[in-house]
Amino acid sequence: MLNKLFSFNGGVKPDPNKSASTREPIARLALPPQLVIPLHQHIGGTPRPLVTVGSTVLGGQRIGAPDGNVSSAVHAPTSGRVVAIEPRPMPHASGLSSPAVVIEPDGLDTAIEREPFDWHAAAPGEIRDFLRDAGVVGLGGAVFPSHLKLNPGKSGHTDTLVINGAECEPFITCDDMLMRTEPENILRGALIMQRMLAAKQVLVALEDNKPEAATALKAAARALGNASLEVVVVPTRYPAGGAKQLIRVLTGIEVPHGSRSTDFGVQCFNVATALAVWRALEHGEALTRRIVTVAGNVERPRNFDVAIGTPISHLFAAAGLKPDTDKLIMGGPMMGIPLPNIDAPVVKATNCLLASSPTLFAPPEPELPCIRCGECARACPADLQPFELYWHSRARNFGRAQEYKLFDCIECGCCAYVCPSHIPLVDYYRYAKSEIWARERDKDAADSARERFEFRNWRADREKEEKAAKLAARNAAKPAVKPADGPAPAADVAPAAAEDPKKALIEAAMARARAQKEAVAAKNTDALTPAQKAQIDAAEERRKRASELSGSDAPTE
Amino acid sequence: MITALLVMAGLALVLGATLGAASVLFKTQGDPLVDKIDAILPQTQCGQCGYPGCKPYATAIAGGDADINQCPPGGDEGVRKLADLLGREYKPLNAEHGVEKPKSVAVIDEATCIGCTLCIQACPVDAIVGAAKQMHTIVGDLCTGCELCVPPCPADCIDMVPVTETVESWKWRYPVFELKVQPATLPAKEAA
Repeated sequence: MLNKLFSFNGGVKPDPNKSASTREPIARLALPPQLVIPLHQHIGGTPRPLVTVGSTVLGGQRIGAPDGNVSSAVHAPTSGRVVAIEPRPMPHASGLSSPAVVIEPDGLDTAIEREPFDWHAAAPGEIRDFLRDAGVVGLGGAVFPSHLKLNPGKSGHTDTLVINGAECEPFITCDDMLMRTEPENILRGALIMQRMLAAKQVLVALEDNKPEAATALKAAARALGNASLEVVVVPTRYPAGGAKQLIRVLTGIEVPHGSRSTDFGVQCFNVATALAVWRALEHGEALTRRIVTVAGNVERPRNFDVAIGTPISHLFAAAGLKPDTDKLIMGGPMMGIPLPNIDAPVVKATNCLLASSPTLFAPPEPELPCIRCGECARACPADLQPFELYWHSRARNFGRAQEYKLFDCIECGCCAYVCPSHIPLVDYYRYAKSEIWARERDKDAADSARERFEFRNWRADREKEEKAAKLAARNAAKPAVKPADGPAPAADVAPAAAEDPKKALIEAAMARARAQKEAVAAKNTDALTPAQKAQIDAAEERRKRASELSGSDAPTE
Repeated sequence: MITALLVMAGLALVLGATLGAASVLFKTQGDPLVDKIDAILPQTQCGQCGYPGCKPYATAIAGGDADINQCPPGGDEGVRKLADLLGREYKPLNAEHGVEKPKSVAVIDEATCIGCTLCIQACPVDAIVGAAKQMHTIVGDLCTGCELCVPPCPADCIDMVPVTETVESWKWRYPVFELKVQPATLPAKEAA
């Protein structure tokens, strides 16, 4: 039994705003006229399309094959016809396009025949491959391929498996509703993960503002009767759902800079991921649907069970988007990203769609100078110094920002939330991080260009040397070979040939060609009409004259 | 007196031997300054600086033969970095060597390509694939955008296409707070 909870530093307590979207049960949303399924929905390589334009697909059919092991498959959510494979706008802050498979559902929703998979008997490696091919990725927001995390590593076992249902960000309730409706299957998925990781205990954690979900999970845990499984209710404080923060609350382990929780025997998964694992292994279901909270400035906020690839506009239409909406956000109000395009599709990472209005979220106040009050450092749950990160990011002093562990920042937004000067601190961190990544990409490209340039120069030098060596060898061998080279083609070119072996070769080739030409005789000369014979004679006459002419010309050259 | 002399002489011998050994053991290979300059240069290998590649230009800068503002692909930022490294004064790019352009890659119009291999010979970084009388193509990820393949092409089938942003390469913008112009209430008040 876990009898002591720990705490993390910092954090804030924003208004949860969760009740509006939990009044109604999860609704299964009807299919839209077109599904846009992006090929790249997770961390890692972009899957290769497995279908062609015009082909028909079935529900659950794989349409994108994982590119290497650090990747995951992509599946069709329903049956229909592939109408295009082309770049489509993504649910990304940039609003840029990326390759996607566009499917027109046929309305029959025919599912592909699922292959039964006996995970009880399968080796861990086989289960991991199965999960990769079923497209199971982390549904908490990071969309990291789950099969890579379900590996106990060198030690062969894990101490604690944390199933994260904390869902600390305001407005988001998709995990809450999932825990209320399918607590048994979440726990069954967690037990499969426990087996794969050889974990000693499983802690299913959720915040104390979800009493219904806690009751449901506790009842399901009692029914399963597994002593190593425990449902833990943690105090509500944003960001308790951050993996590192939750691990610290549950185990007291503070994961230091540069290491992972697995180095300390702890692995963490989202509750929806546990359910996806259960569905994939028990029912052979690929990950093609997810729960999305639609909240904020909408008439009917609630959770929807949607097919991945459904346009976001379709969800907002179902929830009734209010006309005074000025901004759309994917994710929550603290960490979400702005959505420039309402027609972008729902992807595996889409946990919440938030409509914002000037009355709901007041427009940002003017940014004032930093007064060095230190509030941000008190609020930072990652124990960083946000003001230092801000100064260095703002001054584009990226090396110094990295020295202050910019990449340990989880972009939770606590610092910006408490900042009395209304500085959009996270925007500066995001800017600095993407600049650093771009510089690293440029540096890698420059390094590989340098390597190839040096290799090319080395190869050119080697070729030159080889040619010189060959020539030297031939020159050394020539005096012995030359006299036996047969009669020279013509007396006047022989001296020149002796000087230059290349010229001699050309002369010999020309002589051979001449001899061949003379030897050629017309073959179809039997049974000719007199008219044809006369033509041939005339041609022969012309040829003779021409050769005489050229013969007479030759000496004068 | 004699002990002091002996001690000093002994110390001198020991320290001298240590220094001598260190100079042999930790001898620097190549010129570290050239490598540092080369690391700043963009490795386009375009020759716009007047040297046959980035390394020769780096050597020339280190030797004091070339100025720091001769690399258009490195751009203004490159000049600043070089000025920082070498403790020299920043100067704007020398227009004689070309102007800074957005990064682009060469693309072969495959229908027009006659397979002459001239571009393959011109490419400094082996980014072009093809064989005689076979269609050639450019490996986009390897192309540095040096434009050296464009002039030799007899069929004029190589175009420089600017690199567009993708979801993966997109960067968050520098946060800028927009100042909103308030309606002119103040002058009115003053007038009243």
